[in-house]
Amino acid sequence: MEKRDVAVLGVGQTKFGHHPDKSLIDLFAEAFYEAFNESNIELKDIQAIYYGNFVGEMTDGSANLSGFISDEIGLKGIPARRYEAACASSSVAFREAYLAVAHGIYDCVAVGGSERLYNAGTAIGTRALATAVDGLHEMTAGLTFPGVFALAARLYAKKYEIPMEKLHEKMAHVSIKNHKYGAINPKAQFYNKFGDLKVEDVLNSKVICSPLTLFDCCPMTDGGSAAIIASADFAEDVIDNPVYVLGTGQSGAGGLFRQKEDMIKAIPRKISVEMAYKEAKVTPKDIDFVEIHDCFTIAEIIASEAMGFFEYGKGADAVEEGETWVGGSIPINPDGGLIGKGHPVGATGTSQVYAAVKQLRNEFKYNQVKDAEICITDTLGGDFGTLVNIILGIHRRK
Amino acid sequence: MTDVISFKEYFDALLEGKLLGLKCSDCGAYTCPPKAVCDSCGSRNVKRVELSGRGRITTFTTTYVAPVGYDKEVPYTVAMVELEEGPWIVGRIEIENADEIGQDLIGEEVVVEGKEYPTEMFYPDKKRRVVPVFKLVKA
Repeated sequence: MEKRDVAVLGVGQTKFGHHPDKSLIDLFAEAFYEAFNESNIELKDIQAIYYGNFVGEMTDGSANLSGFISDEIGLKGIPARRYEAACASSSVAFREAYLAVAHGIYDCVAVGGSERLYNAGTAIGTRALATAVDGLHEMTAGLTFPGVFALAARLYAKKYEIPMEKLHEKMAHVSIKNHKYGAINPKAQFYNKFGDLKVEDVLNSKVICSPLTLFDCCPMTDGGSAAIIASADFAEDVIDNPVYVLGTGQSGAGGLFRQKEDMIKAIPRKISVEMAYKEAKVTPKDIDFVEIHDCFTIAEIIASEAMGFFEYGKGADAVEEGETWVGGSIPINPDGGLIGKGHPVGATGTSQVYAAVKQLRNEFKYNQVKDAEICITDTLGGDFGTLVNIILGIHRRK
Repeated sequence: MTDVISFKEYFDALLEGKLLGLKCSDCGAYTCPPKAVCDSCGSRNVKRVELSGRGRITTFTTTYVAPVGYDKEVPYTVAMVELEEGPWIVGRIEIENADEIGQDLIGEEVVVEGKEYPTEMFYPDKKRRVVPVFKLVKA
């Protein structure tokens, strides 16, 4: 069946950080109304809600959130559903919303997510995040998310014959870059902080899971994000600057032990990204910048390879050489990424869409990528398990 | 014929020093921990076998910041082992000087044993956690 073109009307994002005084619903509502206010539509135009949340049960004692949300934000009675896919929750929500609009089920829907991990504290937050590893065979050993990427970092060093200390120095440049960009993004958790890190600062910070240190890791974050999407025809009738969804992809995998040494090749990401490139009729060379899932420094490096920007084993050199900085061959995470901006898990996917749309509309004044026309987002849920990619552009698909 | 091994059976056997898995009657590959199908080809034509319990460390990490329920165990070292028969499993290495170990631990030969730990609020087994523990052969 021929799909309709789909576009983003408006986007919203709360300040990321600590929100002890805002509920999961408050955070979503704030982001939603920012997106709604720039969409030039009426509330009655919105036909459904696609909401991403990972661990509301553990952080706020709250599940079954979608109905409450539709009611609380003034969209009583419309179909609303919650998507859980760990860190990719709102990217899965976005993709499902896109498919529904593309296939003519709805003309206009709201997408987004919210999460409160900072407020939950490190011990509960770490356990909540660890619900995304294999619950029996990985959890019994106490494997955590920094642990997953520490395992990947050592395997990467071994496989590509880079001394671990040398690789860690290269990884540090991901943290330096993303903190530099996060420090100039007013909505980032680390706005005005850590903008001038040195390699030694990263290497000498507290060890979380060896070899990963605190500055290799993204923080625990509270926040919300949202987008309004509609058919391209609908969008062009109501706003002047639609950003089009050119393609999406999704794939998955089992636990880390099932993926074996392929974990550092991120095979589900390859499958997902190729699906998205094919639908969008683009190649990695057409991409102007990337919003990558940099939950840990090594994660950004592995992702940049699997997405086709660098050969396997070369992504670590690329960041050290400046290729992934704004002004380099393929800028990655000009908004600070998860490391600099923060990672409110269920809100992260649509916050990547937020950053992408602002850039493509030339509104990201803090760190604008010049003349950007096409962006790809990349969201990873779990230990290289769920993968979602979304390609956005300023022109309709060819 | 499809053999099914429950997680309780798998962990009980591990405590007795036996590593259970499945062998595929179609492609010959081993699956461990057991699951509904052959991990290699997806066939349901799998038979219960006891694996050697021997393998080599492929990667590891020492955890200093633990989730709630595991905090009394820090620092602990999680490792992945490639078994002789091919599958990878996750477990722990008990090491005194965790701060001093480096990349050269990768490739070391180990045997796996089961060790009982207290369970925690969210763990699927409400009586205990059985952790695969890797013992270095050369030690």
